[in-house]
Amino acid sequence: MTIQATSDALVSLNGVNKHFGQLHVLKDINLQVKKGEVVVVIGPSGSGKSTLCRAINRLETIDTGEISIDGKKLPEEGKELALLRADVGMVFQSFNLFAHKTILENVTLGPIKVRKLDKATAEKEAMALLERVGVGQQAPKSPAQLSGGQQQRVAIARALAMKPKVMLFDEPTSALDPEMINEVLDVMVQLAKEGMTMIVVTHEMGFARKAADRVVFMADGQIVEDAKPEEFFTNPQSNRAKDFLSKLLTH
Amino acid sequence: MNTLLNNSDLFITGFRNTLTLFIVSGIFSLILGTIVATLRVSPIPAMRAAATLYINVVRNTPLTLVLFFFALGYPKLGLVEIDFMTAATIGLSLYTATYVAEAVRSGINTVPVGQAEAARAIGLPFTQTLTLVILPQAFRAVIPPMFSVFIALLKNTTVAAGFSVAEAGSIRSNLSERGEPAMAGLLWVALVFVLLVFILSFIQRKLEKKWKVAR
Repeated sequence: MTIQATSDALVSLNGVNKHFGQLHVLKDINLQVKKGEVVVVIGPSGSGKSTLCRAINRLETIDTGEISIDGKKLPEEGKELALLRADVGMVFQSFNLFAHKTILENVTLGPIKVRKLDKATAEKEAMALLERVGVGQQAPKSPAQLSGGQQQRVAIARALAMKPKVMLFDEPTSALDPEMINEVLDVMVQLAKEGMTMIVVTHEMGFARKAADRVVFMADGQIVEDAKPEEFFTNPQSNRAKDFLSKLLTH
Repeated sequence: MNTLLNNSDLFITGFRNTLTLFIVSGIFSLILGTIVATLRVSPIPAMRAAATLYINVVRNTPLTLVLFFFALGYPKLGLVEIDFMTAATIGLSLYTATYVAEAVRSGINTVPVGQAEAARAIGLPFTQTLTLVILPQAFRAVIPPMFSVFIALLKNTTVAAGFSVAEAGSIRSNLSERGEPAMAGLLWVALVFVLLVFILSFIQRKLEKKWKVAR
C-alpha cells in the first residue's frame, strides 16, 4: 500500500491523456473531487467533457495518466473493475434503461446480481427510490411506456440503488424535451443537497449556479478554468470561457 | 386413410424418431450456436477467428456431406463408437448451430451499445452483461429467423433417413416394402410435417407477442 498524496479526494485524475486516432481529446487532465462535492463540467461540444466523464468509470480507456476512486487506482478490465464500477453511479444522456425489463427490474438488477441482495429487500429499496424520484406508480411498466423525463429519473434511481460513492451524469438532460428538464434537475438538486458526490456534464447553467460547488470549464480537451460558480459566471478569467458564456447569453 | 391406419406403427416410430432428433439437435444447436455467436462478437481476435472459421466451413458444406462424415467417415477415425442416431444428432446440431449463430449475431447487433454500457456501469461483469442484458434482447429480436432455422432443422431430419435412422423420411420406403401405394404414403408424411410446422409457427407467434421489446 502506498500513501496517496491526495488522500482526501474521492475522485482523482492525474495527468490523464487520451487520443481518438489523431485527435487529442483529453490533454493532461488533473482534477480532484472531494467527498460531498458537486462538480459541474461545462464547455463547447467536442471539448472532451463527456469523454472525461466516461473515463472515470473506464467506459473509455485512457492512454496515460492515472485515475483513482476513493484512493484505489482504476483496475484493468475484469472482476475488480466491475466491482469498482458498482460504486460509481452513471446516468447517460440516452437513459439506457434495460428495454426488456420492467422499471422495477431495472432498479433491482444491480442490487440482486452484484450486491447479492435478496429479491424482497432489493424490491423494497427500489420502490423507495422510485417513490423518491417520483415514479413509484410506473414500477410495473416497461421503459418505452414512460416519458423521457420519467425514464431519466428511473435511470437515476437505478444508479442510486447501488449505493454509489459518486454519481456521474453525462449530459442527463440533453435528450429531453424542455418541459421535462426541470423534473430531472430537481431530483439532481435534491441529491446534491443530501451530500452526494457528483460530477455532472451539462449545458444547464441554472443547475451549475444552483447546485455546483465548483464549475470546471473545458475546451479542446483541456481544463481551462476551475472555479466557484459565482466567480466563473460573473468573472471568467480566460477568453475561451468569456466567449463561451457570451454565446450562451445572446439567446 | 387406410395407409395411415394400417401402418400406424411405422408412422409412430418414424415421427417419434424425427421429433427426438429435432428436439435434441434443436437444444444442442441453440446452445452451441449462442456460444459461437458470442465468440464472434468477443473482443478477443483469436476467438472471433475460430468462430468465423467454424461457421464458414460447416455452413458452406451440404448437410448430406456433414451427415456422411459422421455416418461413414467418423467410425474410421477409431474414436468412441456411436450409433447412427447419435451420429445424426451430432451432425444436425453442428450444422444447424452455424445458422443459429448467425441469427443470434444479427440479434446482438440490434441491441444498442448503450444497453451494454449501462449494464457495465452498474457493475455487471462481461458474462452477466451478455447473459442478463444483451442476449435476452438479441433473442427477442430474432424470433422469426430463429424459427425459420428450426423449421429447416425439422425438415432436415429427413436427410438422416438416408443413414439408417428410422425417422419420418424413411416411412415411405418401408411402406413400399409392405406394398402400400407410394403416393399415399408420401402425402401422409408431408401432411404430418405441415402440421408440425404449423405448431412451430403458432409457438413463434406466441413468443413474438410475449417477448416484444418496445424501444
